[in-house]
Amino acid sequence: MEKKHGPAKGNSYGMVIDLDKCTGCGTCMVACAAENNLAVRPDESDKQRSITWMRLYKVTNGKDFPYTEVSYFPRPCMHCDHHTPCVSVCPATATETDPHTGIVSQIYTRCIGCRYCMAACPYHARTFNWWDGYFPKGKGIERYLSPEVSPRMRGVVEKCTFCHHRLMRAKTQAYTEDRRELEEGEYITACTEACPAQAITFGDLKNPEHKVSRLAKSPYAFRLLERLGTEPKVYYLSTKDWVRKLGDNYLPGEFKPVSTVKAG
Amino acid sequence: MEKTKRPSLRAWLEGGGFFIAGFIGSLVIGWVIFPMVLYSKQPQPMNFNHALHLNPEKVDGIEGETEAERCLHCHGFYDDGTFKGIPKLSTCTECHDNPESPLGNTPEEKAFMDGYVAKDQEIPWLAYYKQPDCVYFSHIAHVKNGKLDCMVCHGEHGKTAVLLDYEANRLTGYSKNIWGKRISGLKTNTWDRMKMDDCAECHSKMGHEENNACFVCHK
Repeated sequence: MEKKHGPAKGNSYGMVIDLDKCTGCGTCMVACAAENNLAVRPDESDKQRSITWMRLYKVTNGKDFPYTEVSYFPRPCMHCDHHTPCVSVCPATATETDPHTGIVSQIYTRCIGCRYCMAACPYHARTFNWWDGYFPKGKGIERYLSPEVSPRMRGVVEKCTFCHHRLMRAKTQAYTEDRRELEEGEYITACTEACPAQAITFGDLKNPEHKVSRLAKSPYAFRLLERLGTEPKVYYLSTKDWVRKLGDNYLPGEFKPVSTVKAG
Repeated sequence: MEKTKRPSLRAWLEGGGFFIAGFIGSLVIGWVIFPMVLYSKQPQPMNFNHALHLNPEKVDGIEGETEAERCLHCHGFYDDGTFKGIPKLSTCTECHDNPESPLGNTPEEKAFMDGYVAKDQEIPWLAYYKQPDCVYFSHIAHVKNGKLDCMVCHGEHGKTAVLLDYEANRLTGYSKNIWGKRISGLKTNTWDRMKMDDCAECHSKMGHEENNACFVCHK
């Protein structure tokens, strides 16, 4: 499948997650929550209402011991390029795909909380604030709050922004050095930085110099529900056929495994 | 059946008089009294004379060829490019370092020296230009890259001798300088208002339509 991202101008930031390296430790989720001022609730036991921008899914090959294999899918927002489902349905224009960065924005002050985007998103990447954010006073949580990310209010949808504020930070730094373009690695997301297995790579998919654009071309690279045609900018890598097969819905015999010869 | 009597001219005039009086009364309430009620007024903790400090003939040490450069002497950038905003006390004490020997002879400076410098206490300034929480603004992108004068957004603030009272909208909590100085929403100068449309208007005028994307100024 031809993989093209964004218009000719600008960047197209994307992510490649190596599932063979991912240990499922969940550091990406924690780093994301701390970075982006994710609120907790007084009672977090109802996990269906929990807010997380990066969710870790555990998958198995469904075989019995001793043939059981396990893999984990860290799932941020896919920042779909083509006919972005959430953007196309939003009645309030509270979310849009930035043509110059490829990042799908979410403007909380504009969101009317209809949750149409949540229904449209094939990846369940969006969550709804049923309550105002709760940051218990005097427990030290308020000291973690980042002034670079605005907190969300009750009644709005939120999602992963590829740590957009880090892009702003990197740009501001570049301007002091009289540069307009960013170097590779100057702008990476919090999950990329935190991953202890270095399973996540982040960069500009349109820049052939960047590692992500090379990794995305790997025969082991795939995207979730790729054939929907939404052109997600989050790629996964796995050498295991059964993991790659889980990335989409295949008819019997439709899935083509990568031949072991290519791997050499 | 009795015919309804048409109102006399006198009755018309009386009714009209009441209508006009009521109309003018409503206008006064809406345009004069409501804005007075809507905005709270708070004086700044102390006065600061921008005009004096920006005058190279009177004040030594604030250097720069253009006015913008002199503004940046105190309202500059950190190494990572973020804007310093209202200077901390340490910026003031670069010059006003000794409480025993003030540089001028104004009572304001004396109050500043005794009240803040001697106690090593930050001045609790009220920020006129604090944007809402959801807004990201990069000063360096505008001042260095865009080569905008400070005046374009901040007006004659650098030429004032007296700090105006800080006025905040009681409903939203936002400063009047952000919301707009006139209740009518009309503006004559670029610095009269700092709302989203004002940013977008300038971006479009300068040919930077791409900067009107949501995630350029929102966070």
